[in-house]
Amino acid sequence: MTATATDLKFDAAGFEAFIASRTEPDWLIALRREAFEHFQSMEWPARRAEEWIRSDLRLFQLDKFRVPLTQSDTPSGEGLLSEGVELGGRILTVDSHCRAESLRESLAAQGVIFGSLERLASEQPELVREHLFSAVDPDYDRFAALHAAFWSGGQFVYIPRGVVVAEPLHLATLLGEGSVDLSHTLIVLEEGAEATVLHEANSVQRDAGGLSLGALEIIQRPGSHLRYVSLQDQGYKTFQFAHQHAIVDRDASIQWTLAAMGNGFAKVNQSVALVGPGADSQVNGVMFTEGRQHIAYHTLQHHVAPHCHSDFLYKSAQQDQSRTVWRGMIKVDKAAQKTDGYQRNDNLILSSRARADSIPGLEIEADDVRCTHGSTTAQVDEEQVFYAECRGFTRNEAVRMIVTGFFQQIFDRITIESVRDALGQTIARQVREYA
Amino acid sequence: MSHVLKIENLQVSVGDKPILRGVNLTMNHGETHALMGPNGSGKSTLGLAIMGHPGYTVTGGSILLDGEDVLEMAPNERARAGIFMAFQRPMAIPGVKMADFLRHATTNVRRPDRKEGEDLIPMREFRKELKEKMSHLRMDPEFARRYVNDGFSGGEMKRAEILQLAMLQPKFAILDETDSGLDADAVRLASESIADIGGREKMGLLIITHHDKLLEHNPPQYTHVMLGGRIVETGGKDLAEELHRSGYDRIRKAYPDAEAANQEMIAEEAAV
Ligand SMILES: Nc1ncnc2c1ncn2[C@@H]1O[C@H](COP(=O)(O)OP(=O)(O)OP(=O)(O)O)[C@@H](O)[C@H]1O
Ligand SMILES: [Mg+2]
Repeated sequence: MTATATDLKFDAAGFEAFIASRTEPDWLIALRREAFEHFQSMEWPARRAEEWIRSDLRLFQLDKFRVPLTQSDTPSGEGLLSEGVELGGRILTVDSHCRAESLRESLAAQGVIFGSLERLASEQPELVREHLFSAVDPDYDRFAALHAAFWSGGQFVYIPRGVVVAEPLHLATLLGEGSVDLSHTLIVLEEGAEATVLHEANSVQRDAGGLSLGALEIIQRPGSHLRYVSLQDQGYKTFQFAHQHAIVDRDASIQWTLAAMGNGFAKVNQSVALVGPGADSQVNGVMFTEGRQHIAYHTLQHHVAPHCHSDFLYKSAQQDQSRTVWRGMIKVDKAAQKTDGYQRNDNLILSSRARADSIPGLEIEADDVRCTHGSTTAQVDEEQVFYAECRGFTRNEAVRMIVTGFFQQIFDRITIESVRDALGQTIARQVREYA
Repeated sequence: MSHVLKIENLQVSVGDKPILRGVNLTMNHGETHALMGPNGSGKSTLGLAIMGHPGYTVTGGSILLDGEDVLEMAPNERARAGIFMAFQRPMAIPGVKMADFLRHATTNVRRPDRKEGEDLIPMREFRKELKEKMSHLRMDPEFARRYVNDGFSGGEMKRAEILQLAMLQPKFAILDETDSGLDADAVRLASESIADIGGREKMGLLIITHHDKLLEHNPPQYTHVMLGGRIVETGGKDLAEELHRSGYDRIRKAYPDAEAANQEMIAEEAAV
């Protein structure tokens, strides 16, 4: 059943075997060894730690999972985000191993580097070494350390100075039943570069189990523009622990759209640091949970430089006994005058047993800023349903329409048609009968 | 067409608080009825009970549409059977465009047997019809792209209700204070539009109003006065004119029991 053929656990023996199986530059091996040492000396997060108090880790057992040492035979399918889209390149990762990679010749000729991070760490050591773990802190917690020690496969997207990539680049990550994904995604846009990256994570089937221990680093130099879309749709029994961070420099902009649909248990730390004046960030988050899913997002919009703009909007709908946690923070450093920060989380609870925790936060050290935040949690309004029923809608049609309308504000902000379509499809799939 | 909406001895409570205490009203297709009465007398409650609002419990009496038991129908079945109400306070549905809402509504009402997921009226055909109706009502085409009642002014909401009336072409329409919130010009336009859509015997109209402007182009054959949850008096157009001119003093004095019930309801309301 487990696609990876080894029996190696995430322990010292497993780590040595993992290192022995790889041909990697010394600096990278040193980095892994250090991370593994840290992993061994660290504790799992305390139950009462602020980030974990709402997310009970006791059901998670690392012992159940094996190091993905070799290529698996998990079959792969087509992506949803890339449907009907002319792509500039594509990387398919299965169970933490790169299975296929392609890049348009015209882009390669312009110096675009796009492919397996594992391979490129050897082929482009300077570039990778400069950026790897420059946005994500491998010592943040035990999961980050574990990832830093064992990451494999992964993707490297490098857009050189001034190069504008019009066609989206597609990253597909597939997880087999019970498998482990340790992909590290590194995206670097040099000065004035532009790109669109579509990233989707799936499992072989909807109720598959497995473990996803990924990391995402986005580094944007001045004046670069990135649209990054991620669709997380892994199986309903998977665990996900992820660190996803972007560093955005002067006059650069990021539009980051994420849909969290999958996973049984997910804990994601997501942040954007605005480090140069005029940097702009927009985050559009959609979460739609069902069954017993537990999805926790801890988000940070960190204003380091003055005159930056951040606009984070998360919309979540919860049904059955599922639960979402959203804890957002706008942090404004002393130097970050004229900050314009906006943060919002709206929840629509569709069942009496579902739950949404929404905790917005501000930490402001500068004195000339404009920061607004808010969160709402509501149920479907029976008066709305009745109004629609009086216009001939069945109750079920009315609720579906109201739920779709709830997410519309996010759709209005998404500028990529295939992404709107894919999100629309996933939401429609999720909305069930409301008799 | 000779449709009949027949309400007999209708009693309605909210929780255990009785509101309608035996309402009798028969409307024939093609007739216009005015329903008047002081605040809190039960006019909106009657409309909401006819539509099947789950918060209003029918504790007695009957509502029949062409002999069919309306009380047995779900609200959407009532709408599909041809009963419509323009709300005194329409609900906003954020994120849902007026045009999409109306296309779905119009399809369901015109094809009462439509099952969920079956095709809607073709987009182009629908757009064309909607555009015509909107221009007839002198509405900005931009309106169709706005979210249902979301951020609408009071007047815009009422005009949107009239647009829905025009699209859905019911057999019977209850217009609950469709004139409130409209400026003088808009009221005149609304009055003309309603006459155009529902007048000349196209449907049965029950116009709930505190004013006389809507009735100008829609002269009622019958005027009913509600007090304390009952229709205490029914007359012709002249009764509406009298009430508009002189208020409810005569009615309150003539029906002291109903007046007492009305006061009681208002007092309870204030106590909540
Ligand atoms: N949902 C409700 N919950 C509690 N009381 C209600 C509810 N709906 C109506 N009532 C009460 O029933 C009585 C009749 O209300 P209704 O809205 O039908 O009056 P109305 O005649 O339409 O008044 P108006 O002219 O002010 O619109 C009032 O006392 C009102 O407070
Ligand atoms: Mg009323």
